[in-house]
Amino acid sequence: MNAHPHAGAAARLKVDIEEKSFRSSNGGTIDVLRNLRFEVEQNEFACIIGPSGCGKTTLLRILLGLDPEYRGAVQLPGNARARMGAVFQEPLLLPWRTVEQNVRLALPKRLRSANLDALFGQLGLSKMRTFYPGELSLGLARRVAMARALAIEPDILLLDEPFVSLDDATAYQLRYLLLSVWSERPTTALMVTHNIQEAIMLSDRIIVLSDRPSHVIGTFDIRLPRQYRNEQVKADLLRSFNEKFAGTRIAP
Amino acid sequence: MGLASAQPESSRNAPNGVSGHRQWNSSAMIILSFAALLVAWHCGATLWPSRSFPPPLLVFQTFLRETASGDLPYHLGMTLWRVAASFMLAMTIGSVIGVLLGSYRRADQFFNPWLILFLNIPALVVIVLAYIWFGLNEAAAIGAVAINKIPNVVVTMREGTRALDLRYAEMAQVYRFGPLERLRHILLPQLQPYIAAASRSGIALIWKIVLVVELLGRSNGVGFQINLFFQLFDVAAILAYALAFVAVMLFIELVMVQPLERSSTRWRRRAA
Repeated sequence: MNAHPHAGAAARLKVDIEEKSFRSSNGGTIDVLRNLRFEVEQNEFACIIGPSGCGKTTLLRILLGLDPEYRGAVQLPGNARARMGAVFQEPLLLPWRTVEQNVRLALPKRLRSANLDALFGQLGLSKMRTFYPGELSLGLARRVAMARALAIEPDILLLDEPFVSLDDATAYQLRYLLLSVWSERPTTALMVTHNIQEAIMLSDRIIVLSDRPSHVIGTFDIRLPRQYRNEQVKADLLRSFNEKFAGTRIAP
Repeated sequence: MGLASAQPESSRNAPNGVSGHRQWNSSAMIILSFAALLVAWHCGATLWPSRSFPPPLLVFQTFLRETASGDLPYHLGMTLWRVAASFMLAMTIGSVIGVLLGSYRRADQFFNPWLILFLNIPALVVIVLAYIWFGLNEAAAIGAVAINKIPNVVVTMREGTRALDLRYAEMAQVYRFGPLERLRHILLPQLQPYIAAASRSGIALIWKIVLVVELLGRSNGVGFQINLFFQLFDVAAILAYALAFVAVMLFIELVMVQPLERSSTRWRRRAA
């Protein structure tokens, strides 16, 4: 029914999903994804934008291997079993383990005793290592989730709206942190978001999805390095993005 | 961030002081309450002297005599070992079955009638049948006690398994936790309150059933001794053995169970 081709150590993410549907409780089927095809190059940061309920989270679940019921093929970057770093909408930290234990538990055996000082320092978590997740604010918990995703040295980073329900200042700070940590350990990244400004700030490429059953309407490449994207440039990019996708429903 | 880091620090220190005070208060209350009971017992026994209602002092003297002769420690030890063995057996088997039934709905539907049946078989019947089928031996005794407790553990653990948060399991799958790590860091911490509930009610139930098992078919243990003293009509000795055992169980509860529970739920208490 579906396959994760293992041949070759392709460095890019290849998504080719013919169909993904859910059976609803009244017996009918809901087509969520149809002919969804795109690729993300190695060490490229891609954002996925689309109307709400179009199956973005379903797509991420398929990529994470949590939902094997689909037709098509997905090829993850890296070796046969790509290491995936995931930041979900909820931080999903184990409440009964400390911040540090949460991060270390996710590490593969050979990295278990790695020195995490730099990573914790960069994310401003140095003083929180012995805290339990229940003692952290949502913003801090998200940082821990990010630390966990980045600490495993992932082949691909998958982010599902990691900045929603945070106040603007915190969200901005977190985006900035993600960017600085990611630039130091670049990896292929795919982020689902509703926020076009956020996508413009972070990504090399924005992939726009249609309404359900969703497929790719178009992509918007941003070739300008991130450090040159000042407010003016971002406003221009936003304008041209809106021109290119005028008439499509994107906002939630 | 500065604010966020300062807040848990202070809330971490505060409850300790408060709970320390509260704990002192509650232990004073416990002592006072037991003392009142002792006084009432003593007054009762003095007002209505009878061989079948000995005063606390006599019970205490019997306790000292039995302890000095080595009888009480020996029989107490035998009973304790049976309680421990059947407790471990019942908790392990019951937890495994409970988690399986909680995870697989089909299996649950099939085995639920069995469970209801076993829940309602009287302890005495299980014990008598075990002795008849497997002989008057240690294995039959411990097995019979465990079988009496297993259905209760199954019910509690099944409830706990149904309440598991599957998102943690998915997280573990994404980050490739090994089977042992899943058990230790995902499953057991989530089941911990249910394990605690099952063991609490388990200990209380098991030690009572162990006495019956000993009374019916063993030649040592507190149950056997109580049967002996029943035939001798020695109420002081009966009370001495029973109270000694209750004291041991209380001690285990205070020194082992409660601190263990406190340490395994400290992440919850600190999250104020």
